[in-house]
Amino acid sequence: MGEFKVHRVRFFDYIPSAIRTMAFNSQTERLAVARADGAVEIFNFNDNFFQEKVIPGQDGRAIEALCWVGHRLFSAGLNGEITEYDLENLRPQYTVDAYGGPIWTISSNSQGTQLAVGCEDGTVKIFAILEERIQFQRNLNRHKGRIISLCWHPSSAQIAAGMTDMITIFDAETGHATRRLLVDRATGASKNKEVVVWSVGYLSDHTIISGDSAGKVQIWNGLTGTLVRTYLVTKWDVLVLSVSKDESSVIAGTSEGTVIQFQFISSTVDQHDKEWVRTRTFRNHSHDVSALAHTDTAVVSGGMDTQLVVRPLLDKVEKNTQESALRKIAFPHRSLVGCAKKAGLLLFQFPDRLELWKLGESEGHGKPGDRLPVKRKPEKLIELKRKGEDHICCSALSACGGWLAYSTVSNVRLYRIQYSNTISINKVSKLPKELRSVHQLCFSSDSSKLFASSCQSSVIVVAVSQQECRYLHTLKHKTGSRQPVHLLCASDDGKWLATANTDCEIHIYNLHKMKLHCMVPVYNSCPTTIAIHPVTNNLISVHADQQIFEFSLVQKEYTQWSRRLQTQGLLSLWLERDTPITHITFNPKNLDHIILHDTYMFCIIDQSLPFPELNAVLWNQMTLKSLPVSQRIGQSHAFKICKSFQHLMCVSLLEDLSLVVVERPLLDIMSQLPAPVRQKKFAT
Amino acid sequence: KSIVSVFHDILLDKAFKATVSSDVWKVHCTHGGEPVVLFQRGAVRLLDSLLAAPQQPIEEVLAQEEAIRWSAIIVTETQQFIIITTEQKGEHFLYLQRLNPNSVQRYRLEREEPGLSPLSFSATYRDKHICLLYLYPNGHVYQSVLSVRGLGTEEGVQALPLPRSLLLGLPVGDGQLEAASAMALDEAHVAVVGVPHPSTQICSNSFELCLHHLCVDFIVSLIQLWSYSNKVFIPHGKTLSIIPFECPKSSLASALGKLKHTKTEGELNQTCHTLTPNSVPSWNNILHGEKAQPSKSAETRRTVSWISVFANSEFVIVHTVTAPVEEIQKEVEGFLTRAEFQDLQPSVGQLALTLVSRSLADPAFYSSSTLAQLVHTRCLCHSVCPDLVLLALEKKDYFLCQLCLQFFPDIPEAVTCACLKTRAEDVKKASAPSQLICPVGLHKAVLINEILQTPYSDTFLLPHLKDLSSQHVVLFLQYLQFLYLKYSQDAFPQMEGFRSPSLSQIMDWVCLLLDAHFTVLVMTPEAKGLLLNLHSFVKSQVRLVSELGKIEGSLQELHKMKAKESIGQYSIEIIELF
Repeated sequence: MGEFKVHRVRFFDYIPSAIRTMAFNSQTERLAVARADGAVEIFNFNDNFFQEKVIPGQDGRAIEALCWVGHRLFSAGLNGEITEYDLENLRPQYTVDAYGGPIWTISSNSQGTQLAVGCEDGTVKIFAILEERIQFQRNLNRHKGRIISLCWHPSSAQIAAGMTDMITIFDAETGHATRRLLVDRATGASKNKEVVVWSVGYLSDHTIISGDSAGKVQIWNGLTGTLVRTYLVTKWDVLVLSVSKDESSVIAGTSEGTVIQFQFISSTVDQHDKEWVRTRTFRNHSHDVSALAHTDTAVVSGGMDTQLVVRPLLDKVEKNTQESALRKIAFPHRSLVGCAKKAGLLLFQFPDRLELWKLGESEGHGKPGDRLPVKRKPEKLIELKRKGEDHICCSALSACGGWLAYSTVSNVRLYRIQYSNTISINKVSKLPKELRSVHQLCFSSDSSKLFASSCQSSVIVVAVSQQECRYLHTLKHKTGSRQPVHLLCASDDGKWLATANTDCEIHIYNLHKMKLHCMVPVYNSCPTTIAIHPVTNNLISVHADQQIFEFSLVQKEYTQWSRRLQTQGLLSLWLERDTPITHITFNPKNLDHIILHDTYMFCIIDQSLPFPELNAVLWNQMTLKSLPVSQRIGQSHAFKICKSFQHLMCVSLLEDLSLVVVERPLLDIMSQLPAPVRQKKFAT
Repeated sequence: KSIVSVFHDILLDKAFKATVSSDVWKVHCTHGGEPVVLFQRGAVRLLDSLLAAPQQPIEEVLAQEEAIRWSAIIVTETQQFIIITTEQKGEHFLYLQRLNPNSVQRYRLEREEPGLSPLSFSATYRDKHICLLYLYPNGHVYQSVLSVRGLGTEEGVQALPLPRSLLLGLPVGDGQLEAASAMALDEAHVAVVGVPHPSTQICSNSFELCLHHLCVDFIVSLIQLWSYSNKVFIPHGKTLSIIPFECPKSSLASALGKLKHTKTEGELNQTCHTLTPNSVPSWNNILHGEKAQPSKSAETRRTVSWISVFANSEFVIVHTVTAPVEEIQKEVEGFLTRAEFQDLQPSVGQLALTLVSRSLADPAFYSSSTLAQLVHTRCLCHSVCPDLVLLALEKKDYFLCQLCLQFFPDIPEAVTCACLKTRAEDVKKASAPSQLICPVGLHKAVLINEILQTPYSDTFLLPHLKDLSSQHVVLFLQYLQFLYLKYSQDAFPQMEGFRSPSLSQIMDWVCLLLDAHFTVLVMTPEAKGLLLNLHSFVKSQVRLVSELGKIEGSLQELHKMKAKESIGQYSIEIIELF
């Protein structure tokens, strides 16, 4: 296969934002996750936990709670507003001020007709959910102290509200408080500190479960208002609770980073009266667990340490399968790094800024395993702060490095960069009005056109030149899908543009004729990356279930290679990888080579070599290395996998055939997080 | 067609002649066996049966294009064997032909480097096995062992692979041997002779002396080698070289090599020149002084020793019996400079033995420097010359004593103790007895230091230690305590390659002495302070060790952390994919 010079880049100091809250929609199997910077991410649990949508955040939008109502997603936050999201255009659809101060919690009734929000001023406000909007109905009787947590009774007749030092049960009809459950403060020194009920659950049998700042999980009888059972689970706070759909299990997240499960079971065999028993403890987080979701088969948790953890419940899934494996999602499922292959530049996308770096140069030659002396260090050319309060949702750098574009939900900006002795960056004013709200940006390989995916899966084509920026066309398809285009890819010869949307559709447009060329047969897993081969014009697509397809744009059919791959099947080791392929590049020197990467490896697929047999070793580089050259041919197969670099944000091949590898070690991220509440010490 | 002629022992002109139906390769005859006729195509007949019917049909054993290269006869207690090696298209085969009843087994020789054919074969019979030795032009001598029992019944159609083991790799330099011959002399000795490549000296080990004059005539392509009655015969041209040899029984010490010397000579010499603090007398300083003797590198010591040549040394040995000390010294010096290191072992042993026995017989005769020189060759050990150390002790030649202690790997514990007992008079009468003043004189100290480093076994040493008087023990313990304190001081440099006893050796000896004499020491008033001191040492050691044990885990973690390489923000690396 050969030697590669690798630029190993570790200066992309990307820090994901902490997970604040989450909501799971069991009908659609979608998980909505809100981050501390106000971004909302949608994960599809039916499709390998693929992060299919990201709604960028906004300064000042501190989301405290999320709530699904059917397909609609609502959030409420400390800015006092309730927001509904437009999941097709990936932006807030509208916001409504509740006029009750910061909102701590939001909850809908089981019919999906009413929303209740708990406000700082002590009111519980009921909103009617109408089509396209929500409307304020009334306040429940006001109490002193803020409403921290809310939960509707499944019958929608009562609402339990967690406050400071107590839980109040309201009659949803009359608005009167029917019961007050007093919550004990912590003993000892913190006796004077009021206890905050961070989370409540309200079950069909009128059992109320609460988690509070004194570290207790308490089970109450909501009918009599009596305390049934107290579990002291932590010295710190119980921040969040989540009840399973069948109400047989409750999980609680603590500041210590643990998740504790309680189950409604008989404590002894042959006994029929069930009770809530503490069963399992999961430790997958180093910091506060502030968001939890209890799916049918798994515990989903997230918090300060920014990782989303899906921990399958082993009594609900088949053991030793891919389904039973713990999954940690640490990085976004899309590329935050742009690479100008001709110019050797890297573009790093942060929510609030862009950084443009020039790669360094090495001196001399070396043999495999060597580290070459760096003659010129990498250099940060430009740091571009975004304007306005909306966060950056996408960015693009042209292959020549001369153009840079980024977009927020409200705005697109295009810059011309000139490299002479000094670097100058000029904003292109007067962008066509069609370029307003886009989800994805991409330059043509000759940098003459900019493609932007817009509303209803359409793509806007804009011509860019020194003089002007001119709107050319809007490319539309005919399937009626309104889902956003999350992947854009233009062919090297400038003839083709491929788009993929979250309905799993891949459309091919002919840019010469400016019209739809064809649609790739829809596969039932979402494409995670697509790329068009520079010479053959075959489209390579990799999907969330790790399948790889090659589609000939000219013949409008899957290629022989693709058919062979599907017939023979991919190795289970390949299919069981738990991070998606997020980027594909090609080797201009060897047209058989497809270079792709996920978080933990990069792989060069050699299309001229046979596929590995189903019983073959997929990671066979060490074996091949140990063999004499003459025997390697017999042992080698199409998948050349390199795991020397980990936590990959980008792998790309520059024009001079050197690889660029952008790593973001998780340890570096962990070291920049605030100290956890409880440091583990020896023998404590 | 060949004619077989049989001559009468005495009357050579009378002969019985018979014409046989096939070409004869060789008639083999050996003491205690019947003559055997080997035909060119591999068939074998007893001479008697052949002569009885000369025209009998002779079968072809060998394949087409297969030709005999070498043959030999082996006579065992009950059987006669003919061994034939053949060549066929570059491959070599071995036939083991048993006579009466006849059966044959064919073996295939493993291939050496392409194009290399064995230069010589030799077969010997030992312990119900035939031992085949063969030499290749690249200097490799292989041995294959064939069992004479269990010879296959199927007539040698199938060639079995013949397992071999590399016995020797002779240095041949860049070229290859043109002609050479190898022969096993006994289990451990092999004689090799060959035409030297211009740039190399083959058989340099034992045959070097011979080769110097043999080289001149070695133009013949065939080199043969016989041995009979402890002599090797080498015909060349019109002359026959006869070399007497002796296969010395290898001693355990020489077989094991020197156990205690892990430091190489080079290091030792280096440290000689560095100025070392004299707080603990250094073996090096006193033994060698400033004039460190350049000695030959010892790393090429071999357990397979070579036959030794006495042609030269015999003269020296004869000389040593009568000549005066100075003359002997000259002779030995000359001999040592002439001889190659590997040749020395037997002759040096003989020289030392002669010198020692003469010294013992004649009290006036003693040649300290010559003996020291011999010990310095490192070819001597205690088992070869058991009287040497005791002689040195008797003559109060402590220098030689120390030298023996340093270089002999096999000094018995009894002799070690004997050394320990000497020179009790060398006690320093310290005016103010302090623990930091060395309780013994310098020479004694050096001797004790050397003894401390001598290998020993507890069980054998203890009974001899019990023989020491209590004064001796107290003195010795005082010295050990002094050493211990020296070592405990931070300032004491524990130099690499510095020949001094290690702390654990000192502690082991303290324990041994206390074990052997504890009851006596407890009753001895002057030992009381010493014992109390030692007790406090032990206590402090235990405390230190327990403290170290506590942080051991942390230290190990530190060690692990260092191994990790920091990568930094940016690097350019080369990787290779296969």
